[in-house]
Amino acid sequence: MSWTAIVFLGAAAYSMKALGPVAIGRRPLRPALAQVLELIAVPLLAALVLVQTLDGGGRLVIDARVPALCVAALLVWRRAPFLVVVFAAAATAALLRALGAA
Amino acid sequence: MTSGSIRRDALAIGLASGAYAVSYGVLAVAAGLSVAQTCSMSLLVFTGASQFALVGVVGAGGGVLAALAPALLLAARNGIYGLALVPILRGRTLSRALQSQLIIDESTAMARARSERASAHRAFLATGLSVFVFWNLGSLAGALLGGGLGDPRALGLDAMFPAAFLALLAPQVERPAARIAAIFGALIAVALVPFAPVGVPILASVLGVVPAMRELRRTAAGTA
Repeated sequence: MSWTAIVFLGAAAYSMKALGPVAIGRRPLRPALAQVLELIAVPLLAALVLVQTLDGGGRLVIDARVPALCVAALLVWRRAPFLVVVFAAAATAALLRALGAA
Repeated sequence: MTSGSIRRDALAIGLASGAYAVSYGVLAVAAGLSVAQTCSMSLLVFTGASQFALVGVVGAGGGVLAALAPALLLAARNGIYGLALVPILRGRTLSRALQSQLIIDESTAMARARSERASAHRAFLATGLSVFVFWNLGSLAGALLGGGLGDPRALGLDAMFPAAFLALLAPQVERPAARIAAIFGALIAVALVPFAPVGVPILASVLGVVPAMRELRRTAAGTA
């Protein structure tokens, strides 16, 4: 692995991160653009939820993460605190794996 | 949402990320990176998915160019997060430029879950810094100590992240337009997983804002 590749990837990753905050900065936003920016992270976060639950290396798989997400969804619906949700999900997956069930 | 709960939640996310960073450190050294390279990548790139993709391809014998493509595709979603954080980040240009390095899935999700701007910014900083510290410590530990620390999957940590993103998404989808964006985004990404290169499904999910904007325009026209 070359240092050039590491520095290049670092510079590229940082440029993408900084594009919005530095280029748009604190200028007032047109209302239509402001509306898009309010929404733009929502589909990505929703996609992360399902992809991180179902992706088994380029194909969709059902394993211990699925019941864990169901437990999390139930707790979110019941308005449980954040830490309860995440630890219950982790415990569900860990327990199912320890039992060899998923 | 109090500062105490922000700090507590940020700490938990940071610790879980740190456990993953140990795995990254182990894999990176096994793929032939030096300890210095392994740690520099965590400091400079600071995007877990890209780093795992890079060392995964290199470790499997792939060339650096073949490894950079998926790493860049995975990093591209941070550009969209940067746009989503424009209304939330504070400070002068230099300060915003520094804060930009902390833009990742976790810090964006924690910030956008809060409707009030000041607490959204606190959540962004607390989560970004917590993950940054533990991600880099974990990378160093994994690179130095090797594989004796166990598999984060046995602890269910891989199930923790989607649960966290779900919990942080929930308060954002109370508006119909946001709900439409979430549903379309999730469906687009899942449909693409079997076909598209790694990184593309999450990136393409941004198209979920298109039907959501139509909904916004429709309701605006209805109330006008």
